[in-house]
Amino acid sequence: MSYTAQDFKKGQPRWCPGCGDHFFLASLHKAMAEIGVAPENVAVISGIGCSSRLPHYMATYGMNTIHGRAAAIATGAKVANPDLTVWQVSGDGDGLAIGGNHFIHANRRNIDLNMILLNNRIYGLTKGQYSPTSPRGFVSKSSPYGTVEDPFRPAELCFGARGHFFARCVATDAKGTVEVLKAAYEHKGASVTEVLQNCVIFNDHCHDVVYNNEGRKKNAIYVKHGEKLVFGENNEFGLVQQGFGLKVVEIGKDGYTIDDVLVHDAHCEDNTLQLKLAMMTPEDGFPIALGVIRDVEAPTYDEAVHAQLAEVSAQKKYHNFTELLETNDIWEVR
Amino acid sequence: MAENLEVKVLDQVVVRFSGDSGDGMQLAGNIFSTVSATVGNGISTFPDYPADIRAPQGSLTGVSGFQVHIGAGKVYTPGDKCDVLVAMNAAALKTQYRYAKPGATIIIDTDSFGPKDLEKAQFATEDYLGEMGIDADRVVACPMTQMVKDCLADSGMDNKAMLKCRNMFALGLVCWLFDRDLNLVANFLREKFAKKPAIAEANIKVIQAGWDYGHNTHSSAINVYRVETKEKTPGRYMDITGNKATAYGFIAAAEKAGLKLYLGSYPITPATDVLHELSKHKSCGVITVQCEDEISGCASALGASFAGALGVTSTSGPGICLKSEAMNLAVIMELPLVVLDVQRGGPATGLPTKSEQTDLLQALFGRNGESPMPVMAATSPTDCFDAAYQACKIALEHMTPVVLLTDAFVANGSGAFKLPDITKLDAINPPYVPEELKGKWTPYMRAENGTRYWAVPGREGFAHILGGLEKDSNTGAISTNPENHDLMTRLRQQKIDNIQVPDLEVGGDAEDADLLIVGFGSTYGHLHSAMDELRQKGYKVAQTHFKYLNPLPKNTAAVLTKYKKVVVAEQNMGQLAGYLRMKVDGFVPYQFNQVKGQPFVVEELVNAFEEILKK
Ligand SMILES: Cc1ncc(C[n+]2csc(CCOP(=O)(O)OP(=O)(O)O)c2C)c(N)n1
Ligand code: SF4
Repeated sequence: MSYTAQDFKKGQPRWCPGCGDHFFLASLHKAMAEIGVAPENVAVISGIGCSSRLPHYMATYGMNTIHGRAAAIATGAKVANPDLTVWQVSGDGDGLAIGGNHFIHANRRNIDLNMILLNNRIYGLTKGQYSPTSPRGFVSKSSPYGTVEDPFRPAELCFGARGHFFARCVATDAKGTVEVLKAAYEHKGASVTEVLQNCVIFNDHCHDVVYNNEGRKKNAIYVKHGEKLVFGENNEFGLVQQGFGLKVVEIGKDGYTIDDVLVHDAHCEDNTLQLKLAMMTPEDGFPIALGVIRDVEAPTYDEAVHAQLAEVSAQKKYHNFTELLETNDIWEVR
Repeated sequence: MAENLEVKVLDQVVVRFSGDSGDGMQLAGNIFSTVSATVGNGISTFPDYPADIRAPQGSLTGVSGFQVHIGAGKVYTPGDKCDVLVAMNAAALKTQYRYAKPGATIIIDTDSFGPKDLEKAQFATEDYLGEMGIDADRVVACPMTQMVKDCLADSGMDNKAMLKCRNMFALGLVCWLFDRDLNLVANFLREKFAKKPAIAEANIKVIQAGWDYGHNTHSSAINVYRVETKEKTPGRYMDITGNKATAYGFIAAAEKAGLKLYLGSYPITPATDVLHELSKHKSCGVITVQCEDEISGCASALGASFAGALGVTSTSGPGICLKSEAMNLAVIMELPLVVLDVQRGGPATGLPTKSEQTDLLQALFGRNGESPMPVMAATSPTDCFDAAYQACKIALEHMTPVVLLTDAFVANGSGAFKLPDITKLDAINPPYVPEELKGKWTPYMRAENGTRYWAVPGREGFAHILGGLEKDSNTGAISTNPENHDLMTRLRQQKIDNIQVPDLEVGGDAEDADLLIVGFGSTYGHLHSAMDELRQKGYKVAQTHFKYLNPLPKNTAAVLTKYKKVVVAEQNMGQLAGYLRMKVDGFVPYQFNQVKGQPFVVEELVNAFEEILKK
């Protein structure tokens, strides 16, 4: 059976006009249709926040739960019912502040969840407080004199938790978004997709450097497994390895040729260079990496749980309650 | 048996095995109780283990006790004080003697009463018996350690392994004292150590040595007792702790409902054994996930229920605080979930290994918003099975989270469990949305009894979204409409009120009692024994006991207002009494409240109730 985006659409989204969540939702509908899993076999599970409203606009099974717990709830759903395709949707506050513990453990366990992190670097629903991804010195309603703390970078947290899949996209970039969503679905195990999403009301322009086509042409690099890490309007720049780090070079200048430019390896077990890619920022003179940065096969928790059930089942002689009772020291009173 | 031996027949007897945490007192006590149950005696056991698990050997804080009560007929409690105290070292004698009745027989290992041991136990002199005021005539003092070593000298076992058998020597002595058939004990051990026959035989040898020692040296001085069997309920039995019974109840309920059992849990004393037990039974399809915290334990169980399993989460007091938010989510999403709270003592981490009934109000009301949730409390170790089973049945049939309260006392205590026949257990029928509602169904549409239908993901045509935000009762869309919220609040309340629970039963002088004793959960046995004693003294007393706390049994008001005097006795500051006052107009009971982290003492209950009767 084939599906269209329409088959996954429901209701009228209530986000502010211009909110990045609208753009992302449209891409998700499209990606779902292209993936082709029947809506009744999909569960979309979110926490609380503007972004967590998303399941209401999906014609699939869904849960809009409590703040920060989406990953935990999704874990139970996937482990109990591995036939479901489970998407977990969170904002940066939901997923990394109150839900930070669940986020790292879902990654560590490698549960087959498609985790979406809509990162607007602000708390939208509670009207404009700084979030764990807001930069140091950020002025917000709860930090009128600037924050005095450093932000998390989602990729680093995911890698630190031994995550096996990390991708990044920009909410307004439909093509790039659909592509990474499909890759996230294809990946068996926990996947984290960071979506750079603009909050027009409380943190407008937060991702300006890459939010429109022009910006992306200048400041983003689309990474693709097996392809050269080149970028720029005419692919005139490339990434080369220098010492323990990366370096931007202009191809054909300073003696650098296309042969010096690195080929992206998303499947490489060792995450060192992938992390370097994921951490690049324009402030440091690098482009922002978009696309699938890490995608490594590893045993998934849900499969392992069920494999162990089957294995133990084959070994043990008891398989139901009545047989279980008989494994005890029993005596008879006549 | 020697001719000069007098065998006294007793109605009941209490033995307390005590020693260092590693001395195997629980095993000795368990074997003794199981062997007694095999001949049809009533049994009840209670382990009292130290909070400080790594206390130094021989120290006062490292003593662990295991009390066994056996009776000719049914026994309801592990007993207030013991008739026989086994003290494997000086510290055990020092700390456990207060649990001995005046005149109790004391069994000690004199090898553990050297100067160093006495110092560790803070005895001032070498006359430890004198210091404790114990009459030497009541003491069976023997060099157990040495005798065990001698007995196993040619077994090829190393010193450490031999010393591990000391508990069996004590058990042998106790078996002699109670005229127990050692063949039964030997059979038990051979089965238990089927894979290690050498260990079984070594243990049996030591038990025999203990028995012989008692027989040879003490038979003229100390009486041998026998507890005969009065009433027997025929059937096949096993020894079961409350936590194990709870786990079994969950497994049975899931199987009966045709669902997968999913436990999401985070370790905490005294609930952890439920996680341990369920984790063993993967061959029965049980999924256990040891989560990163209690929040996740509860949340993931709820996710599992959404996905079509029976979601269960287990914890103790502090963990319940963390679970509250997800429990509330289950209330508003109207999904099945069973939350087990094995209550322990004190606020915060309080008394982790001790028992209280202090989470009742938290279970009933400890959540934001109007959040009605069924609450049950198990009344004995074996009742944990039925309580767990019924909790699952209510959760699944009424689409609601249910709190099941047990506590350290029933969770760790054990009793003889008559093997249930799963085909005879109550049917469990979740309200799956009928196929003919396809196209018309909305997520908060209700069946006749007010229960929301369950549409498990995977069913075509029933895709829907649930959530923590209030929903329109008709469409299921998010709604902040005031009238709708009022209506939904009432519908959720009505659904819980509609749940059928058994009526209260009244025991004792139901017709004309001058005092009705009321309690809930694990204190059932103690209150029952107190009633028995008062009636034996000639008073007219009745007892009723709550296992279902929300909704309350329909006859609650009728029962509570029928008697001249009512006393509510509980191990808290009056949570049940206050709740009943709120629910029953004009109900003003007497109260007996004790919060010591220890089970009630029947004698103290009797005294307190007698005073009320005399008022
Ligand atoms: C336990 C709890 N604490 C706080 C809140 C309030 N709250 C709701 S959403 C939110 C932040 C949402 O921010 P984010 O996850 O970044 O999502 P966004 O709204 O920006 O999409 C907070 C603090 C809550 N609902 N529950
Ligand atoms: S407040 Fe910001 S994040 Fe929330 S809907 Fe509006 S624009 Fe989007």
